[in-house]
Amino acid sequence: MSIWIGSGMVTLGIFFSVIGSIGVIRLPDFYSRTHAATKPDTLGLMLTILGLAVLEGITLSSAKLLLIVLFVALGNPTATHALGRAALRSGVKPWTSRGDKA
Amino acid sequence: MTTVWMTFLVAALLLPFYRVIAGPTVFDRMVGVGVIGTKAVILLCVIGHTYARLDMFLDIALAYSMLNFLGVIVVSKYLEPGEPQL
Repeated sequence: MSIWIGSGMVTLGIFFSVIGSIGVIRLPDFYSRTHAATKPDTLGLMLTILGLAVLEGITLSSAKLLLIVLFVALGNPTATHALGRAALRSGVKPWTSRGDKA
Repeated sequence: MTTVWMTFLVAALLLPFYRVIAGPTVFDRMVGVGVIGTKAVILLCVIGHTYARLDMFLDIALAYSMLNFLGVIVVSKYLEPGEPQL
């Protein structure tokens, strides 16, 4: 039973990771790329690593996996937020749908 | 099953290299580098689960996630104009 739950979580997490990578390529400007780089990416990592922890059972390795999940869930949005603020302060313009520079 | 997972993860890791090479600004390149680092952490954990040596690969994955976070923070503080607000 735990094999099915863990495999499903890992598959769903890898799906979200692929979606995040496609979004980093396809989205039109820097700020929407930070959206694709933060949310699907963090969700994919959390689902994948929690699925590996479910597959592993209760050991020291699953405790370290939970530690990785906690650290990345705190660190990845913080790093991308700092990068977005640096881009805003150095004058990167947001994209608009009409094509004019706001 | 794990071969399919690793194939899709390598594809997801190789896609943001386009953004690193062809990004218009340096911030786009740093977004690509952050995404590649996160995918590398996932790939390390899946490789460790595949070869049943998860305890050996986990320390590398933890250190790499911290290094990725610190790298993006340091580069964004370096590129920020004016006095950096901490």
